[in-house]
Amino acid sequence: MKHLLSIDDLSTDEVQQLFETAADMHDVQRRDVKKLPALRGRTVVNMFFEDSTRTRSSFEIAGKWLSADVINISGKGSSTSKGESLRDTVLTVCAMGVDGLVIRHPASGAAHQVSQWVDAAVVNAGDGTHEHPTQALLDAYTLQRHLGSLDGRHVAIIGDLTHSRVFRSNVQCLTKLGARVTVVAPPTLMPSGIATWSAAAGFETSYDLDEVLRGAGVHGRPDAVMMLRVQRERMSGAFFPSAREYTVGYGLTRDRLALLDPEVPICHPGPMNRGLEIAADAADAAQSVVLEQVSSGLAVRMAVLYHLLAGDLQGQQGDVA
Amino acid sequence: MALVITGASLLGEDTTDLYVDDAGMLVDAAPPGAETLDADGLVALPGLVDLHTHLREPGREDAETILTGSRAAALGGYTAVLAMANTAPVTDTAEAATRVWELGREAGLVHVQPVGAVTRGLAGEELAELGLMHRSRAGVTVFSDDGKCVHDARVMRRALEYVKAFGGVVSQHAQDPTLAGSSACCHEGELSGRLGLPGWPGIAEEVIVARDVMLARHTGSRVHVAHVSTAGSVEVVRWAKAQAKRDGHWDVTAEVTPHHLLLTTDLLAGYDPTFKVNPPLRPQEDVDAVRAALADGTIDAVATDHAPHARHDKEHAFVDAAFGMLGLETALAVVRTVMEDLTWADIARVMSVNPARIAGLHGQGRPLAPGSPAHVVLVDPDARVTVDRDSSASLSRNNPWHGCELTSKVVHTVHAGRVTVRDGVLA
Repeated sequence: MKHLLSIDDLSTDEVQQLFETAADMHDVQRRDVKKLPALRGRTVVNMFFEDSTRTRSSFEIAGKWLSADVINISGKGSSTSKGESLRDTVLTVCAMGVDGLVIRHPASGAAHQVSQWVDAAVVNAGDGTHEHPTQALLDAYTLQRHLGSLDGRHVAIIGDLTHSRVFRSNVQCLTKLGARVTVVAPPTLMPSGIATWSAAAGFETSYDLDEVLRGAGVHGRPDAVMMLRVQRERMSGAFFPSAREYTVGYGLTRDRLALLDPEVPICHPGPMNRGLEIAADAADAAQSVVLEQVSSGLAVRMAVLYHLLAGDLQGQQGDVA
Repeated sequence: MALVITGASLLGEDTTDLYVDDAGMLVDAAPPGAETLDADGLVALPGLVDLHTHLREPGREDAETILTGSRAAALGGYTAVLAMANTAPVTDTAEAATRVWELGREAGLVHVQPVGAVTRGLAGEELAELGLMHRSRAGVTVFSDDGKCVHDARVMRRALEYVKAFGGVVSQHAQDPTLAGSSACCHEGELSGRLGLPGWPGIAEEVIVARDVMLARHTGSRVHVAHVSTAGSVEVVRWAKAQAKRDGHWDVTAEVTPHHLLLTTDLLAGYDPTFKVNPPLRPQEDVDAVRAALADGTIDAVATDHAPHARHDKEHAFVDAAFGMLGLETALAVVRTVMEDLTWADIARVMSVNPARIAGLHGQGRPLAPGSPAHVVLVDPDARVTVDRDSSASLSRNNPWHGCELTSKVVHTVHAGRVTVRDGVLA
């Protein structure tokens, strides 16, 4: 693998290899001295054209624990808004001698376009409403730790699907690993053409969260639920009438929490809107894996950087852990 | 310079010689001292007329100028182009229109007919000086805010009413901004859902087309639907044409671009901004519908929407990149390639006769017979040409046809008796 732009770039075997490496990296996190020499002499640039604290920090720490030189560049309010083309911006950065470019951009497809212009390995850290592959990998990695294999397991994804890159990457990643997926949203928050898409990709759709949680759908009761962030501003686009109505219809409320078996993991990519898409009781429940997702994210991103950038160094480094 | 065009097949039928006098008119005998233009085996059509061209001058002379756009037009077999008003400054005054017209005359390769803005600054609020533009030397008759939709129904109504005084026509870029906003850039459907690109649903075009034909009927005026892209719009136009024909006091005409006749939305899967255009490329069922509509006369004309852009304006992220693609040099070959059932007379109708009639260009789109101005294109009907974007006369390279193999090739173009293109190169 040369870049990580989309979950579609990965075979099932490659996903599992990444998870094996991530498990090793996870062990490293528990050591007193967390630094590995794997990417010594390599330069990783985090180019974030959109606000992000957690994803950027996660990539930054992942790079540093692998001994890469990590530089953060914020694209927002810089050259791009002055009219410099995206191509000129990234070529300028890459001319400084960059091995890995981690890019977050508000426009769908940006990482894909960038990968065609530069020699560096490109990691898509979220492109518009398209994909966020490392989020999907860390979600699946987290769930696999709880459920064992995802093969045949039922995962429900609930929330603003239209605007969610997390959903788009997750539905690919989970189905690749054999999970059965149901996505739940009001019709206005379902991406256009989802009927043909879901039929082709083999996942289910529903407008009724209670039915899905009770197991009334074809896949039965969920083995895991994944809540997506809903932006309050969506009301202005007439996507739903009010935050209250959204919560009543699609929030993981205290009542709905009671419908879940206590071992069913609850995921959320963060940041959470407590009280909107997820009640505090659910966010803080023993079965919530929200904080574990963060530490898994670090391990998975270390694995991704390692696989992309340590390739030709592998012989020298031997076993990473 | 008098001219004899030898051996051409008129509209693909009878083979004859065409005679052009010193004044650039077709005549019935060879004038003395005439130069010969060999057209043996070529098809002669009246010079093509493009209802929809962006020449970028004034304002973006790095992307195209009236001269370079005229060259591209001549190479494409055109003898007249309508230059859209969305320049900087906007063509919304008599002075601005006259300037474009003059620059076209100076270039001297095709007739450059300015399109006037419908509203001042294309802002959609106040009418531009429609009457003064019409009275100017440029004689503007086609008005359009192209690139933007005249979305306010009251403004559109007034524009349609006002242009009746001088036989004008409003060419509408049909895009309801509440259904397809400025970021909308991918046909709304499964692909836009998967790619996470802002959807541009067909309905955003269709509701405006439906509204506008009713406004045209109500006002007894003429509306022209620019770049029809959906099956739904075709249905509305088909219905409206039947109504207008019955009523007799109003009219609706429509155009389709070469790219909407051939290219489909799945080309956006790689996020290549070369394929970003407004309205967006549509699925095959829409492509089939606009082809059928062009064949049966529901769509009157092929118009290029030639939209050159500087390279850096296409090297942004897809949603941030400029809309538009080149078209002048390839339009005839695309139509010939795609519309296999059209005769050469049909192609002349949709690429010359009808657009000249819609635009009120009386010297263009005329029969190739004595008494007509000598606007002629001579086409090798069976040539196979692979498009190379780097061989274009346009200043820009946003060419979606690069690498495509197309049928037919413009060999010579004659504008007002002057050979502008000879053997496929500028004369």
